[in-house]
Amino acid sequence: MGGSFALREFRSWLTNYRRTWRGSIYSSVLNPVLYLGAMGLGLGTLVDAHHSASLGGVSYLVFLAPGLLAAQAMQTAMGESTYPVLGSVKWRKVYQAAAATPLRPADIFHGHLLFTTMRLVMNCVIFLVVMTAFGAVRSPWAIAALPVAVLTGLAFATPIEAYAITLAKELTFSLWYRFGLIPLFLFSGTFFPISQLPAWIRPLAYVTPLWHGVALCRSLSLGTATVWPALGHVAYLVLLAAAGIAAGQRTYRRRLYV
Amino acid sequence: MTGSVTGVPGSDVLIHARGLAKKFGGAMAVAGIDFDLHRGEAFGFLGPNGAGKSSTMRMIGCVSPPSGGELSILGLDPVADGPAIRARLGVVPQEDTLDLELTVRENLIIYGRYFGLPRQVIVERATRLLEFVQLSDRADDEVEPLSGGMKRRLTIARSLINEPEILLLDEPTTGLDPQARHAVWDRLYRLKQQGVTLVLTTHYMDEAEQLCDRLVVMDRGQIAAEGSPRELIERYSSPEVLELRFDPGDHQQAAEKLAELLDATAERMEVLADRILLYTRNGDTALAAARGLGLEPITSLVRRSTLEDVFLRLTGRRLED
Repeated sequence: MGGSFALREFRSWLTNYRRTWRGSIYSSVLNPVLYLGAMGLGLGTLVDAHHSASLGGVSYLVFLAPGLLAAQAMQTAMGESTYPVLGSVKWRKVYQAAAATPLRPADIFHGHLLFTTMRLVMNCVIFLVVMTAFGAVRSPWAIAALPVAVLTGLAFATPIEAYAITLAKELTFSLWYRFGLIPLFLFSGTFFPISQLPAWIRPLAYVTPLWHGVALCRSLSLGTATVWPALGHVAYLVLLAAAGIAAGQRTYRRRLYV
Repeated sequence: MTGSVTGVPGSDVLIHARGLAKKFGGAMAVAGIDFDLHRGEAFGFLGPNGAGKSSTMRMIGCVSPPSGGELSILGLDPVADGPAIRARLGVVPQEDTLDLELTVRENLIIYGRYFGLPRQVIVERATRLLEFVQLSDRADDEVEPLSGGMKRRLTIARSLINEPEILLLDEPTTGLDPQARHAVWDRLYRLKQQGVTLVLTTHYMDEAEQLCDRLVVMDRGQIAAEGSPRELIERYSSPEVLELRFDPGDHQQAAEKLAELLDATAERMEVLADRILLYTRNGDTALAAARGLGLEPITSLVRRSTLEDVFLRLTGRRLED
């Protein structure tokens, strides 16, 4: 019963998305084209001229692309789990409308997670296609980077949604973007290996979910993945996503059942 | 209306509350109230803002667990059986919760899906309900630009999509202009005629008088009185009320003089900030008696007693401020 309830909420997000999907697809395609073009090809020419050994003997484009795949999953997750969640309970009040029907707060939460997952799958598939078109994929294992990138997104989306629903003001989000998303985006191994960071700061990178996503997506795309590290990354991401789901079931309930 | 097994066996009690309480932190929003709702009646909670009406409504709507007491809805427990109960309720919340970016019809369709209704059923009901609330010609327009009254009517249509056994209306006409209020009342009156069980909260005494078969007067989380509007007026007020307005400078002095009329001509007097109310059997006689005392009010009005007078009598305060 719970599953079908969550599907009902998912469908209402779909109905809303029908109005904006075209625009969102354009940016989903344009984003990787711009990044891979400017940084992978443009900046990459300079990087490759210096032939950096820490890139593992591949071109900068090939190094960068899978990292960006994971990083854009994080961005997609942020986008879907911040303003849309607070907006649904604070401004549009559509969550309160749903809570007056047979749906329970957990169903409403799960329904939105389903929608977030769909958006992640869409953006990651598009990114992989563009990446392949740029010749930035080295191994057929790259296909496995798709679920990994989606999982990376969910490791962000579930705890953020769980927290977003508790907020009174949206101001918090701009702080998250400024002090959370942007540093993670820049320093989690997306643009350069974290071996380039000072040793004392590296442990910080290891605890961020993005680093695990980047590392695993990269090793899959390059065809260098090995079983145990891969499982370690997946386990860490699954743990975070699961913790977020458990938290969200409680926080949604607390916000909607006053 | 379905003929399913509901309420306490052998009775038509749809909602049963005893000692029902709701606490927010240290504050008691609902301080132990008893009431029963019977099938087919229109039942009201009348009281000022902050009386605990909406908290009670939310507990009945199974979106607010009670802090104490007993509550059974359709014979079920609101905490354990929330989804099953809500499937049989219609809710018109105090604040509209429509999706403004969608069309009128889409709002009904999304809502119908929440109840797991097949698409064909939803589409058929949506058409019928939009006709009922006189919004058929706006069916494919976005909700955003609709007037407050239209949005309210749409919310009412939406609340009926699952053919509820009980319709909950929390302050259904608050914030609407008089014309829009009458349009909403008219629709609610029709639902009542069709036998839909209504529960509503209001701080408008005219709304309570027009729509409710039976009501409770709520104040500070408690029930002060219960009965039909007629009964309450008979029990707590006089048949007529004489309202007198004096020059502010003479107001207090006039009140002291008018006190002489108590017992013989008037049963009771209420001195408000801007008016003096005399509760009496016959307003014209009381007015003549007031003039006999040498008083010359700026305006005088003889009217029948209303629920407002009942509330004033019970709480010493006015309903709307």
